[in-house]
Amino acid sequence: MAPRIGVVVFPGTNCEHDAAVAVERLGGRAELLWHGDPTVGGVDAVVIPGGFAHGDYLRPGAIARFSPVMEAVGEYAAAGGPVVGICNGFQVLTEAGLLPGALQKNQGLRFVCAAAGLRVETDRSVLTAGVEPGTVLSVPINHFEGNYTCDADTLSALRDEDRVVLRYVDNPNGSVDDIAGVCNEGRNVVGLMPHPERASDPLLGSADGVVLLEALLASAAGTTAARVA
Amino acid sequence: MGGSGTYSVLVEVRLRPGIADPQGATIERALPALGLDGVAGVRAGKSFRFEIAADDEASALERSTVVADRVLANPVIEESTVTVTGPADA
Repeated sequence: MAPRIGVVVFPGTNCEHDAAVAVERLGGRAELLWHGDPTVGGVDAVVIPGGFAHGDYLRPGAIARFSPVMEAVGEYAAAGGPVVGICNGFQVLTEAGLLPGALQKNQGLRFVCAAAGLRVETDRSVLTAGVEPGTVLSVPINHFEGNYTCDADTLSALRDEDRVVLRYVDNPNGSVDDIAGVCNEGRNVVGLMPHPERASDPLLGSADGVVLLEALLASAAGTTAARVA
Repeated sequence: MGGSGTYSVLVEVRLRPGIADPQGATIERALPALGLDGVAGVRAGKSFRFEIAADDEASALERSTVVADRVLANPVIEESTVTVTGPADA
């Protein structure tokens, strides 16, 4: 059975259909999850897509984390469910405390919209399982507040515990240690600024995001199997 | 110590010391171009004003601090100062 991928929609989210289409083309079944519903509806994985949840007012993700769905996402993540936050979704996950650190305004106050070279740093996450570490992918970035920031202790922990999932080959935004994506201690919650769904077909300029989405679908299918067993 | 009533609250949020401030740095770099020399250490922040009904000043401060810490500031990178005045209608 096709894994069911829940795609969370806040007012102001704008990448939910891109994420849903990319997931479905790879054999998943996408379901949109409205932010006001306090449940993830029994899906096999959750994607928090990009956009401007609640207008990015106050700070990106700051209001979104109080949406009813986020409590359900938190419980789902605590139970080991795969959760991936893309761009604004990454910001939501840090604000919600499901991932460490914060996303600051880009160095130089530049909005960046470009293809970014990404190096996969670990295959121990729901988004990179099965992807050879060292693999370089070309995936678009599109953000103003993607400058990953954390304190020195958190950075040491991320490095020591192999939780830096992706690094930029050429740092576009001032992120500490070139970090483009991180995961939680359980390795089932991943946040990244780049948009793999926008690199899911050669027609889009790159299909390098496919390996990441396939890894997520495989992780989701694994949960299904575990539940069936 | 004020009694029961409506207190005015000012919350100032700023980046923690040591956290890079791209906005402050850009403002600082722009100033000499406007002929405004000798300005250093620019840090950008936000301020919020609201009113809160409380039984006394201590309670107004305590609850406003919760608003500041839980919502208005992101403690990972920001810190805040809460100033309470009033009550207006005491």
